Amino acid sequence: MSTSSAELLRRVKSEISEIDPSEVKELLQEGAVILDIRETEELSSGMLPGAKHVPRSYLETRIEGIVSDRDAHVILYCASGNRSAYGARTLREDMGYSHVQSMTGGITLWKDRGYEVQVPKTLSPEQRDRYSRHLLIPEIGAEGQQKLLDARVLLLGAGGLGSPTALYLAAAGVGTLGIVDDDEVDLSNLQRQVIHTTQRVGIPKVDSAEESIHALNPDVNVVKYPVRLDASNIMSIIEGYDVIVDGVDNFPTRYLLNDATVRLKIPVVSASILGFDGQLSVFAPYEGPCYRCLFREPPPAELAPSCGANGVLGVLPGTMGLLQATEVVKLIVGIGDPAIGRLLLYDALAATLSEVKVHRDPACPICSRPPDEISDEEMGVFPDYDAFCAAAG
Amino acid sequence: MATIKIPPVLRASVGGEREVSAEGGSVGEVLRGLADAHPATSAQLFGEDGELNRYVNVYLNDEDVRVLEGLDTAVSDGDTVVILPAMAGG
Repeated sequence: MSTSSAELLRRVKSEISEIDPSEVKELLQEGAVILDIRETEELSSGMLPGAKHVPRSYLETRIEGIVSDRDAHVILYCASGNRSAYGARTLREDMGYSHVQSMTGGITLWKDRGYEVQVPKTLSPEQRDRYSRHLLIPEIGAEGQQKLLDARVLLLGAGGLGSPTALYLAAAGVGTLGIVDDDEVDLSNLQRQVIHTTQRVGIPKVDSAEESIHALNPDVNVVKYPVRLDASNIMSIIEGYDVIVDGVDNFPTRYLLNDATVRLKIPVVSASILGFDGQLSVFAPYEGPCYRCLFREPPPAELAPSCGANGVLGVLPGTMGLLQATEVVKLIVGIGDPAIGRLLLYDALAATLSEVKVHRDPACPICSRPPDEISDEEMGVFPDYDAFCAAAG
Repeated sequence: MATIKIPPVLRASVGGEREVSAEGGSVGEVLRGLADAHPATSAQLFGEDGELNRYVNVYLNDEDVRVLEGLDTAVSDGDTVVILPAMAGG
């Protein structure tokens, strides 16, 4: 016996629970999960505020990533309330979601009633193609990709660590990349600083980095700071960035950066390298420890050799820089467990990655106090600062 | 017997070794054993007051000894003591 489309729809609607848009409006703030199951190209007409999007064709495969609780209140809608009826039946009958409803009349009736809609930012066809491998990962998807495109990330240094970080963050579609570096490309940089090229020896690193980034992804807005970060300029440079990537090559700037970012509550993905060893941690102000909680003061200059003096394996900043880039993406998209309260130790010769715990120091001179109590004069200061800097030359 | 992981900046002081073994019932004894066997490490680890230098972090396995008992933290056979100074290379 055959069934017509109209009969099937009538039967499905009789089997599921429907909900009127006026009731959905009341439920928006109450924790119900609102799912828009239309196709991506239909979203430009607007969505319900706070609704999540999963196309009908991916509903069964992606629903668990969006709603893990089978007893959660889930409301589906589409354009007119038909596709959402089928979707609701599938979730209830086949997947065991106990409290699923379909919104009567869909977004069309919602808008006819004059209720609020949000017009989502949508990816262009070119962007959907470029970032298609991200869109396929449920943890990122279009929503995560949009977060990346909206994100502002500041890279301190376009050197060993900054090179791979900048390239991969650009490729991932981070919308704004700020780069602070007052140096010029030197031939001895090219053993590891892969964002630069032989032809660009002698030109400012920020210009060279910008050229490589734009060649890779013209979506990225590059903001160049061809200056040396110091107490006089740090607050104005870092303010407004979502995440800062620390790859600087000296202690005074690392402490200065820490103090300024604690003050502004900006998370820092920090790494350092020497020889065959790398360290990495994420410092999220007031959520986890800060750099000063980990290292109360810098070692004396003779115990703090620079890469220039002691050398570094060329691929090591690649490894550590990409671990940094990974942490940045996680922080922006809001997935996984960032390396907060942990110091990752990479030993290239042993091929081991280990970690030690990092705790907030209740006596930390900086992050044990509220941000507005940290004064300009204190920033970047540590005992024997002058002696340290004199020795470091 | 505990294993001490030697950071790059101290390796020259222990003949280039990346790990050394040392006897001792506490973190302090293990580190002083290291300093006795390799005197060049002594000034790098300890200040004139005999305390650990503030710029040297020490972990027993993966835990900071500052949140344990400091140099008095007990060390068992098979434990790893990690000496970790800050690095600033970029």
